[in-house]
Amino acid sequence: MNRVVRYIKSLFLLELLQGLWVTGKYFVKPKYTMQYPMEKIPKSNRFRGLHALRRYPNGEERCIACKLCEAVCPALAITIDAAPRASDGQRRTTRYEIDLFKCIFCGFCEESCPVDSIVETDIHEYHFEKRGENILTKEKLLALGDRYEAQIAAARAQDAAYR
Amino acid sequence: MDSLIALLNNFIASWPNLSLVIGLILLPLLPLIISVAMYVWWERKVIGWMHVRLGPNQIGPLGLAQAFADVFKLLFKEITVPEKASRFLFYLAPLLALTPAMAAWAVVPIGNRMAWSNANAGLLYLLAMTSLGVYGIILAGWASNSKYAFLGAMRSAAQVVSYEIAMGMALVSVLILCGSLNLSDIVNAQAGSKGLFEWFWLPLAPMFVIYFISGVAETNRAPFDVAEGESEIVAGFHVEYSGSAFAIFFLAEYANMILVAFLSSVLFLGGWLSPFQGWHLGPLSAPGWWWLFAKAFGMAFLFLWFRATFPRYRYDQIMRLGWKVFIPITIAWIFVAGCLAFFGGVTIGPGVNP
Repeated sequence: MNRVVRYIKSLFLLELLQGLWVTGKYFVKPKYTMQYPMEKIPKSNRFRGLHALRRYPNGEERCIACKLCEAVCPALAITIDAAPRASDGQRRTTRYEIDLFKCIFCGFCEESCPVDSIVETDIHEYHFEKRGENILTKEKLLALGDRYEAQIAAARAQDAAYR
Repeated sequence: MDSLIALLNNFIASWPNLSLVIGLILLPLLPLIISVAMYVWWERKVIGWMHVRLGPNQIGPLGLAQAFADVFKLLFKEITVPEKASRFLFYLAPLLALTPAMAAWAVVPIGNRMAWSNANAGLLYLLAMTSLGVYGIILAGWASNSKYAFLGAMRSAAQVVSYEIAMGMALVSVLILCGSLNLSDIVNAQAGSKGLFEWFWLPLAPMFVIYFISGVAETNRAPFDVAEGESEIVAGFHVEYSGSAFAIFFLAEYANMILVAFLSSVLFLGGWLSPFQGWHLGPLSAPGWWWLFAKAFGMAFLFLWFRATFPRYRYDQIMRLGWKVFIPITIAWIFVAGCLAFFGGVTIGPGVNP
């Protein structure tokens, strides 16, 4: 009996028609595709992208070279050298570099920072054209912080209650 | 010598005639080539939609220019010839594949007696032309001097030869009902007062299915595309072809697909006849080329639907289907068709002159 049923099934192409029905349904289904460069999916305010060093509103850089971020970094991507600043003798970094090839964007540096200096912005569209551009130097990080301060501050304010 | 000069004079005198002939040849070919390009675009769109994707949509409105972009990319690419290939046959093969695919269109009628050649042996001519296409594939595989190409060619040859029998039998059943090899007569025989139930798909339903599936196998399309079989033999017979030589194979394959779509509409779906013929629905019941094109579009869509749905058949399954399923069924149904014709089970429309 089973054989007869199977024979009839294959003779009348029943299973093939079932398959066609499935693809036919998907043919008319609405598509979910995002037209990426033109359309973008909204990002979480907790998105961890490119790093930045922030400043206080008076223009003083926040970072005090405590090296907590360097210590906590699981990928050893952060390198910090520190020395007293020439003008007023305050402890500051002379070198603050993040190697983006090593960085795993875990966000531990941001979590460990006692002065909210190092942060991860939600910028994820960047590229390198030459070797060496993967190293974010202190100047670059500060520049990123200056440029995106409004965005960074807004994202931190949104998330403040949960930190 | 004199006769040679006379011949030359004749040739020059026939120039206007010649340009007319060339014009008549180009008249169906240019739309065909453009429709192949559009068909490629439509294929990518349909398969994309069935995969819940969008398909090409960047070049031109709705991505319509994508096909032309691909064509020009192919045309500007270099044709590489393998060092140990047989150069003459290597270049000849794409032409051998393309020529029959184009030549077969001469007898396809888009209206009553409206074909480039209203040949009385049209069906035979079609069988001959569609069978010739496989030589291009075999030669391509053999001349490339590559084992993958050769394997693909052998698979394709065996497959096409097996399915040709079932296809021929399906055509014979149409022939039995209609009594004429002329394609216009075959369509006229499907005219009548009962709309789409006058067409041959109803008395010959299994033959219609078998003809179309054999057509899919003949054109080496999924799920019968073992001749290309990416996973096993890279790209099959055209693995060594690049640039415009590959483009010609591509063109031939798609022209053949469109041809099979048109033929199944002509043979089984009443060609240019309206599906509402004889129901007095005004212009809806009137015959016209648009019906043929709509039917052919539907059949061509099936090719793409199959490709998006079915996994590739294993080689022995293809052979089993062809020899142990299709051929016995066709033979049995030829007997049924004979009985139908003999006992008058099918009404044959007017205008058939066998």
